Amino acid sequence: MNRHLISAGDLAKDDALLILDTAEELARVSERSIKKLPTLRGRTVVNLFFEDSTRTRISFEAAAKRLSADVINFSAKGSSVSKGESLKDTALTLEAMGADAVVIRHSASGAPYRLATWVHGSVVNAGDGTHEHPTQALLDAFSMRRRLGSLEGRKVTIVGDVLHSRVARSNVLLLHTLGAEVTLVAPPTLLPVSVGAWPCEVSYDLDAVLPKSDAVMMLRVQKERMNAAYFPSEREYSRRYGLDRDRFAKLPDDAIVMHPGPMNRGMEIAAEVADSARSTIVEQVANGVTIRMAVLYLLLGGETA
Amino acid sequence: MIIKNVRILGGEPVDIRVADGLIAEIGPGLEGPETVDGQGAVALPGLVDLHTHLREPGREDAETVQSGTQSAARGGYTAVHAMANTSPVADTAGVVEQVWRLGREFGHCDVHPVGAVTVGLEGRQLAELGAMADSAARVRVFSDDGKCVDDAVLMRRALEYVKAFDGVVAQHAQEPRLTSGAQMNEGVVSGKLGLTGWPAVAEEAIIARDCLLAAHVGSRLHVCHVSTAGSVEILRWAKSKGWNVTAEVTPHHLLLTDDLVEESPVGAYNPIYKVNPPLRTRADVEALRAALADGTIDIVATDHAPHPVEDKETEWSAAAMGMVGLETALSVVQEAMVETGLLDWEGVAQRMSVAPARIGRLAGHGQPLTPGSPANITLYDPSVRTKVDPSAFASKSRNTPYEGMSLPGRVMATFLRGRPTVLEGKLV
Repeated sequence: MNRHLISAGDLAKDDALLILDTAEELARVSERSIKKLPTLRGRTVVNLFFEDSTRTRISFEAAAKRLSADVINFSAKGSSVSKGESLKDTALTLEAMGADAVVIRHSASGAPYRLATWVHGSVVNAGDGTHEHPTQALLDAFSMRRRLGSLEGRKVTIVGDVLHSRVARSNVLLLHTLGAEVTLVAPPTLLPVSVGAWPCEVSYDLDAVLPKSDAVMMLRVQKERMNAAYFPSEREYSRRYGLDRDRFAKLPDDAIVMHPGPMNRGMEIAAEVADSARSTIVEQVANGVTIRMAVLYLLLGGETA
Repeated sequence: MIIKNVRILGGEPVDIRVADGLIAEIGPGLEGPETVDGQGAVALPGLVDLHTHLREPGREDAETVQSGTQSAARGGYTAVHAMANTSPVADTAGVVEQVWRLGREFGHCDVHPVGAVTVGLEGRQLAELGAMADSAARVRVFSDDGKCVDDAVLMRRALEYVKAFDGVVAQHAQEPRLTSGAQMNEGVVSGKLGLTGWPAVAEEAIIARDCLLAAHVGSRLHVCHVSTAGSVEILRWAKSKGWNVTAEVTPHHLLLTDDLVEESPVGAYNPIYKVNPPLRTRADVEALRAALADGTIDIVATDHAPHPVEDKETEWSAAAMGMVGLETALSVVQEAMVETGLLDWEGVAQRMSVAPARIGRLAGHGQPLTPGSPANITLYDPSVRTKVDPSAFASKSRNTPYEGMSLPGRVMATFLRGRPTVLEGKLV
């Protein structure tokens, strides 16, 4: 495996399977009454969050702590550090503190790559702009594998704002690596013009795709996209691309429904669909801790401090 | 003074006698008290840049008239056009005269200020174009470069108005609404990297509109830094109609492509490759080279855009756009156009000296190297190959995309009206 995890595309199939298998073993630890492992004792993991994301930060923090790492939370959001100059200065500060791994969330695509040029520790991308969110894709794959078994040949449909979605980018790359067949469904305005070069199918017709799906992943659609004329109205979006009860009924009986959160209930997904037994949405959150343990364990565990 | 053993436009070795700032005599075996050994270098008419950012006044931390013209002389230039997007903006006779005077004072090369088309580059009201034309700086090129004159009526008026003093509007073709927040060429790479795309159509739509406007009012139009294959097609069509349209391409758009943003020796998302207009695809590069070779694109202009280190050592989206280019331009043109057989040295002289001087209406530059012409001469050794070392630049800024890259050729000497500004590769 690489020293960093910045893009899901960096993971060869063996790497990805190793992370998923390791997470499976670690999940058993989480079922014990004492959830802590001594593996990363004495190692320092910094959570460097330039964007608010309590969910993701807590997930990484729990993962690092369960492996006995020292965790420093560095919330860098705010105007004084919104300039790039500070990213380098922040990186040098972390370097001076001896961070073994830096988990970075940033609103600028590619910020983790820049960070990696300034620090010696491992860089883990916890979401960068509209680029990638590889641990989200790993936890999604983990969640799918637990419900569906091997992902080889499985049909996964990803619906929504693909253009601005780091979750979609990472999922397309990882699922392709794992042998799944991905179909993206979105209004054409919310797909990159070059989407034809991606290793997936594209459709504008959700109703046609649903009956052939083993898993359907709904992406969050931000309402402000409407103001930039990506779609005419919330209602129209919801009518054409939302997963409501009628559409839910078109899915095969054992198909699962996923969402990376946070959801707009009633917009891209109906409340009763989100809360149904075939929704993995709550499991995805739990699996997030497990998969992030596996990532930190594999990136840091092999080295001596 | 005798310049010994040079090959004019790559021809047979000759000597050049220079007297009173003019070329006095050309021939073999000239003798005199003072000689410079040309060592068989290619002699070109002193290069002329139609598109240079000298940053003074306002951003003297990035470049000054002094350092920028030193950089120009090192690159073989004897004249540069200083773009108007300074602070304050060069939109009055006062500012253009200041820049012009600074250029004269230092004397490394001639500085011809470009006047802003609109007040403050804001695209609302015409700047006092006539006052700038009548000033000591004798401005003939007007541009809001960095911003597009996107209002069609304002562009029409500007094109018409400058006819009175034989001026030209140099348009930065970028439809602003189509490029809101744009970060790099819209294509496969931008989609993958999650960077907001900068579509080719945003450039092409403005070029098409401006060509039609220029034809309608019978004005001349110059198009800055053409970057797409589609733009080339539009220009070819406009020229086939006989319209008075000229265009430039930068050295970097002749050599570099957008996939460097994803993968390069300096890492992914390195803003050293962030530039406006953005680096495009290999197909665009090929089209631009062909267009420069066949004359559809008239000239090479550097768009030399110095930025301090801290404006580039950032996340991609926070970084400044632009690259320095004066000291590498001729080498990049050799690599992209001469080594590929697309241009000979006469072709290079046309596109980097003769035509830019003609577009800028500079009488004393871009003249053939014949007796009677001003002795503006660049000596260039195309036989060496070296790694680009930004620490050796005369420019105050180091934001070159070519660092560590092996490029051909070296400027040995530059003469401005017979006076050497560079000898043996060093500033005089």
